[in-house]
Amino acid sequence: MSAPATAPVQDAPDERLVHRSYLRRLLGRPELGAVVGAAAVFVFFSFVADSFLQASSLSTVLYASSTIGIMAVPVALLMIGGEFDLSAGVMVTTSALVSSMFSYQMTANVWVGVGVSLLATLAVGFFNGFVFTRTKLPSFIITLATFLMLTGLNLGFTKLISGTVSTKTIGDMEGFESARAVFASHFTIGGVDVQVTILWWLGLVALATWVLLRTRVGNWIFAVGGGADAARAVGVPVRRTKIGLYMAVAFCAWISGQHLLMSYDVVQSGEGVGNELLYIIAAVIGGCLMTGGYGSAIGSAVGAFIFGMASKGIVYAQWNPDWFKFFLGAMLLLATLLNAWVRKRAEASK
Amino acid sequence: MSASAKAGQEAGQEAAALVRLTDVSKFYGNIRALEGVSLEVHAGEITCVLGDNGAGKSTLIKIIAGLHQHDAGTFEIEGEETKLASPREALDRGIATVYQDLAVVPLMPVWRNFFLGSEPTKGAGPFKRLDVERMRETTRSELLRMGIDLRDVDQPIGTLSGGERQCVAIARAVHFGAKVLVLDEPTAALGVKQSGVVLKYVAAARDAGLGVVLITHNPHHAYLVGDRFVLLKRGAMAGSHAKSEIALDELTRQMAGGSELDQLSHELERAPVPDVIGGKHVGSGGE
Repeated sequence: MSAPATAPVQDAPDERLVHRSYLRRLLGRPELGAVVGAAAVFVFFSFVADSFLQASSLSTVLYASSTIGIMAVPVALLMIGGEFDLSAGVMVTTSALVSSMFSYQMTANVWVGVGVSLLATLAVGFFNGFVFTRTKLPSFIITLATFLMLTGLNLGFTKLISGTVSTKTIGDMEGFESARAVFASHFTIGGVDVQVTILWWLGLVALATWVLLRTRVGNWIFAVGGGADAARAVGVPVRRTKIGLYMAVAFCAWISGQHLLMSYDVVQSGEGVGNELLYIIAAVIGGCLMTGGYGSAIGSAVGAFIFGMASKGIVYAQWNPDWFKFFLGAMLLLATLLNAWVRKRAEASK
Repeated sequence: MSASAKAGQEAGQEAAALVRLTDVSKFYGNIRALEGVSLEVHAGEITCVLGDNGAGKSTLIKIIAGLHQHDAGTFEIEGEETKLASPREALDRGIATVYQDLAVVPLMPVWRNFFLGSEPTKGAGPFKRLDVERMRETTRSELLRMGIDLRDVDQPIGTLSGGERQCVAIARAVHFGAKVLVLDEPTAALGVKQSGVVLKYVAAARDAGLGVVLITHNPHHAYLVGDRFVLLKRGAMAGSHAKSEIALDELTRQMAGGSELDQLSHELERAPVPDVIGGKHVGSGGE
């Protein structure tokens, strides 16, 4: 094989390669807008709410963040992969209900219910992904349908089986204590109360970041979101990647669902409706593009943290919590504008 | 043409063609998209497929790329008759296709695009990870070898020009050991200079010993680099020529429809020029 005559192999550095400062590189990160926003929200509540800076407040904020954050991670991955999952919120409740009702009705060890719930929830995720990849309908419609169906099933089955809208308590059943230790315990580090969900959250963020940036699957996730046809043309398994992403959402819904169940030992069947939007908001504030192909897991965590600070900060500031939704909407708008602006600047000044 | 290419050409003609289509047809329901098309691709040669819009160029490319299967005729890869089931199978058989618009994922860095679908890994089990250093290094050196001098392999590929994107896709196909490179209108959306750059890389790929199928509706571009020309018209073959048998003028004429073109130029000469075109007085006072 002869080298083409047009190849000027040069050792000298390219004169066009202007050294990009670290600041510029930082500006190119998807989560930058969210970090700036988080800092602003943090400073804001530090001034308006006296108790905001106390260690106990911080642990409360982190706990609130983690309950959203655990789901925001896979929702962000899915959004990078170019799709939505509107059923993510009620799927958490479904997962908790299956676990609770199976254990109670079968008088089985709580862990058996937890295992069955894992399979059932993954099946729902697979259903979402499979129907989506087969029909090629918009994921918005398909998961909206799943959302409605699950909401109905949650209420219907719970009433059918236990006669009320909540499940029977499983607090006295075998295996409950150890399951609670895994999904809903808390411990103290240096005088600060730490919920175990925070560990789940941070673990998931680290795992998702690793997968996204350092594995083949991560490369495929960016590719199926940024250009599915181009990805298919070079041999990326587009269908499998998308189904896998829906199942990742289901897996995290299972973790969240078990936490929901173990922290109280009963589950309200109507819970979870509306949470899917919070997950999407956290992912978008964290720099995920609605059109797919761009975003980060760390960004989703920062987005969830902003949510946690805002929801609890309003309480610490002793405002009426009714204002929270307005605040959240304003944050979403500002963060998205900031993201768009930062990205434009970073790309223009290359 | 360089000496190596000539050698490749001679060797290629002795051996079986890399790809040979004989009387291939494709129907979509009752629509004849392609009928009785024959084409050969040899190592170190460029076969140009020329045709106007709707001539069946994209159907042909989809058959070679494994996106569609032909309904009649034979499709041989290195002398072996075959029907490709998927683009992945085509890739595994050494046929890489570069599409005009979907060659790359715009938001991803150049090096991620370069290895997309064939990423090298290191480590084992749960620690199996992308060999990022090697990916970056290989991307840079492979592009340089093709003569593409890139500023930064970390920039999103969408920030490159259209010509550069095509070149990256071509370099990628060459790196992954493609024997046949199928290019779908690589110069269609490009300016004159950019087209020249892309054609240079097409020639570089040929010199590297690949067989190239160049789909285009620009006979000037085709004639610059092509060794064989296959003309398509309304889904059927309108001609097949080696470069030595045909001059550019004749190729352009046939491509544009031969006698139809004569008729058109005749009509244009005689037709009275409208007084008002787009609200402005044009033409009438011009000459």
